[in-house]
Amino acid sequence: MLTQNSAPDNAYDEFIKGVWRENPVFVQVLGMCPTLAVTNSAMNALVMGLATFFVLTGSSALVSSVKDWIPKQVRISCYVIIIATFVTVIDYTLLALVPKIHKELGAFIPLIVVNCIILGRQEAFASKNTVYLSVLDAMGSSIGFLFALLALGGLREILGVGALFGVNLFGEHYEPWVIMVLPPGGFLVLGLILLFFNWFKARKPEKSLNPALETPHG
Amino acid sequence: MDNLLWIFVSAFLVNNFVLAYFLGLCPFFGVSNKLDTAVRLGLASTFVMLITALCSWLLNTYVLVNAPYLRLISFIVVIASTVQFVEMAIKKLSPVLFKALGIFLPLITTNCAILGLAIFATNRGYGLWEGLVFALGAGAGFTLALVLMAGIREEMQYNDTPALVKGTAITLLAAGILSLAFMGFAGLFSR
Amino acid sequence: MKQQPIQWVKPPKAEQEPSSTRLVLTMAVAGFLSGLLTISIYLVTLPTITAYKIESLRQAVFRVLPNTVSIQEYVYRDGQLRAVKDGEKAKDEASIYGGFDIRQNMLGYAIAAEGAGFQDTIRLLYGYDKVQKRIVGMEVLDSRETPGLGDKIYKDLDFVANFKALNPLPEIKAVKKGQRTADNQIDAITGATISSVAIVKIINQSNALWLPRIHATHGHCFRSLSC
Repeated sequence: MLTQNSAPDNAYDEFIKGVWRENPVFVQVLGMCPTLAVTNSAMNALVMGLATFFVLTGSSALVSSVKDWIPKQVRISCYVIIIATFVTVIDYTLLALVPKIHKELGAFIPLIVVNCIILGRQEAFASKNTVYLSVLDAMGSSIGFLFALLALGGLREILGVGALFGVNLFGEHYEPWVIMVLPPGGFLVLGLILLFFNWFKARKPEKSLNPALETPHG
Repeated sequence: MDNLLWIFVSAFLVNNFVLAYFLGLCPFFGVSNKLDTAVRLGLASTFVMLITALCSWLLNTYVLVNAPYLRLISFIVVIASTVQFVEMAIKKLSPVLFKALGIFLPLITTNCAILGLAIFATNRGYGLWEGLVFALGAGAGFTLALVLMAGIREEMQYNDTPALVKGTAITLLAAGILSLAFMGFAGLFSR
Repeated sequence: MKQQPIQWVKPPKAEQEPSSTRLVLTMAVAGFLSGLLTISIYLVTLPTITAYKIESLRQAVFRVLPNTVSIQEYVYRDGQLRAVKDGEKAKDEASIYGGFDIRQNMLGYAIAAEGAGFQDTIRLLYGYDKVQKRIVGMEVLDSRETPGLGDKIYKDLDFVANFKALNPLPEIKAVKKGQRTADNQIDAITGATISSVAIVKIINQSNALWLPRIHATHGHCFRSLSC
């Protein structure tokens, strides 16, 4: 079943690429719905990131271990069933463990199913690679996603509420920039972060990425 | 009646699916550079949303009453197969319509606005008519957001935007301002 | 998973079409396993989730109807409010909760209501004391009102205190802060008048439905202030 070389260098690269170089949100602009919808506080962002971590890593591990038994014609349907199962598991687990946060995230937990980062990793990586590499790849992408959510959620909470993880930062006299925790703030802050990434890339043109990656997907 | 009107206006303007709930962002950013395509995708999505609302109501009322844990999986499967079925039906019945909408239908399956619609309608306990009106409002809101964005982006092509913001960054900033404008609709129904 | 032996070997590139039986079988196995896993997690988490739901409902009723120690669900049938026994309620049937004190005396009812707010639908719960015929508490369960303005409907304690001894008849009215003259008026929040009025409208609409039913059950008259 081992078809690919799993040298340590390669493995490290599969992991680290998703975190930074091919960051699913900032570089590939994937999974926009959860990225914008649940990042009105750092806590929501953290829980969403962890839930996605569980679903993506679990699905990648399972898909890469059963990939040889799944006929090509029905593979997408099978991946979707696998992903939906993991999402249902995490949905009920969160409802039982942290019901308050589950209520705030609301419908966006089940919507992890249609997060294209997850199906994308199955189709592009887990369906062709070993379990070991697929898990590393999935963990890299999920940590990159978690990092992006935390950056966005933290920034929006600091600007819009003057707090981080619910801890007040600036004292009584801070006038919160409320719009940042409202929907327009999501678009604006992510737009500004992407602007920063463009500027960062423009400074190092030799490392610029494939422009084909720049088209956004849901 | 009052309630149905509020459901429609809420999904259409006040809590626009795209600009307030962030649902259906992939086509919003991906397909919103041409006005003509935006209108067609909007119409196709509205159509699928109406069918999804009907199917999810049927599932919730007759199938999933004692098995709420199978909701997500059955919604996904039903949406995917409905879209497939609708695609085949349109192809057979109206080749003209198929030419106009056909290529968008597979794209719609992975649109989170569709699954989002089914889940929201379930969580809020909507009945059949409420669900259908909700779908109509959400579809109209999705189309409106898409068309507005396409208009802005078509204009922007002829403007001298700095190279740094070209692409997704400027689209996001424009969407942010559009979303800001839509906040003005708040309070429309509570006076 | 029982499979044909051919699948254990990596198939050659020019693979022949698998039979549709095999396709259906794969999907069936996937669906079966997925269903099995989903049911197990549902059964494992069900007790915790149910316990949390019951407890948070009991606490919410306690907050809007002070001195409540136990609750009972009621539906309206044949001109009377009737206590619901297990599994008797139809799925869409509207219900309210009766609250009882430590001696099992009925205090009143906790009524859930919802309607359009400034931004999105507001869901709330309020307590009606059937002896004093007053609203004695209100709690917002769910809302997306603007942070810093509309969210004062549950964050501003002065506003919430409006609902501690409020006469619901003939109708609740919101007035400008500090201009309250009658016991059926509430002080609106400065800068969030629309959210305040929305709360009043939601409660009035719900009262129009439930108060006559409550009074019919307990033999009081309603609509008039004199009795």
